[in-house]
Amino acid sequence: MSYARRALIVAWKDLVVERRSKETLNALLFFSLALLFVFQFTLGPDRERLAAVLPGVLWLGFILSGVLGLGRTFLVERDNDCWEALLLAPGDKSAVYVGKLAASLALMLVVEAIVLALFTLFFNVDLWPVLPGLALVIVLGTLGIAAVGALFAAMTAQVRTRELLFPVLLLPVLVPVLLGTVKATEALLLREPLTSVAHWWQLLVAADVVYVVVGLLTFDVILEG
Amino acid sequence: MVTVLGWLAALAIVVGLATGFGMAPREVTQGNVQRIMYLHVPAVWVAYLAFTVGFVASVVYLARRREAADRLAHAACEVGTVFLGVNIATGAIWGKPTWGTWWTWDARLTSVAVVFVMFLAYLLLRQAVEDRERGARYAAVLAIVAALNIPLVHFSVYWWRTLHQPPSLLKPGASAMPPIILAALLVNFGALAILGAYFIARRARVLAGEAEAMA
Repeated sequence: MSYARRALIVAWKDLVVERRSKETLNALLFFSLALLFVFQFTLGPDRERLAAVLPGVLWLGFILSGVLGLGRTFLVERDNDCWEALLLAPGDKSAVYVGKLAASLALMLVVEAIVLALFTLFFNVDLWPVLPGLALVIVLGTLGIAAVGALFAAMTAQVRTRELLFPVLLLPVLVPVLLGTVKATEALLLREPLTSVAHWWQLLVAADVVYVVVGLLTFDVILEG
Repeated sequence: MVTVLGWLAALAIVVGLATGFGMAPREVTQGNVQRIMYLHVPAVWVAYLAFTVGFVASVVYLARRREAADRLAHAACEVGTVFLGVNIATGAIWGKPTWGTWWTWDARLTSVAVVFVMFLAYLLLRQAVEDRERGARYAAVLAIVAALNIPLVHFSVYWWRTLHQPPSLLKPGASAMPPIILAALLVNFGALAILGAYFIARRARVLAGEAEAMA
């Protein structure tokens, strides 16, 4: 079986489980909706203030729902000895990482698309003109978040204090991604040309490459047991 | 061997204090408060040296699976975190009289703080995983991620904002520092580096004793 096919099977399995149970997706959507209300109540009705903090608030929502969703990436493997089955999978174990990463990325992008739609609705911002650029920022940022998240989720899956440890490990590492995405989003919303924030694009791409490569190289070490 | 290193460190610290307070002149604008630099700047250099040792030891551990490499990585990252804490604390003490504030979200303060929190998380992970061998593997992976993340953190936070004076030593062109102050700085760096090496050796030995007692 080829490497790509093995990765695809892991991703497909996770997505089918998610489609049938809708466990994570449903909870994440309600969580995001609740976050929108919390943002609205804490920031107040002042439109100008809202516009100024919008990029940060948007990414705060993405990061928080990402932390909740990604932390569960490997929980499905804990039942019925599925972890051992992953271990027994033939060939290079990094294919499992690629599959897990692809499935988490897909799930996060779905949640983010819906959150974005709710954002435009509730906070009355017109995102249509900047949507292509914004989509690219979201994909690049989410890839970085999911790449570290999948790695750390595998690490914390077997730890007793999992729910606490996962965000504590994840959030400081994600500071460069968070700064890059917020700054790039800010520039997009202010209708600045993309070239004015070229360094942030380069940083996001560099971060994605570093995180994915480290994940590929070290994943079998974590899966061992 | 470790004891000799300890005495050497004590001696070097005395020499460092003597150069910092006795030999180096009083700075014209800041006065005596500037002398905290002889602890502040070497502390961060030693911390990053220790993280480099921790990174290399983590890679070696994953490749060879020698427990000694794991203990070295653990000790180096822990000592690095302590030195970085000293750097942040002395920075705050220096910042109050000169900048008028204990803390500001300036680029280099922020990036050092982020690195500090990353390695605190590393120490938390060490505590949280009960199985010794598994904890060693996880910690090694985290150390590699954190170490490779340091340049990303520095660039991103630097672009985010900067107000700190530019580094006066590690920059292209001639050093702006008078030779006498530079000499005192380097002497203190040597002293703290020996102290850091002593702490790491001592901590690795304690960890080896712990492992022996558990087995």
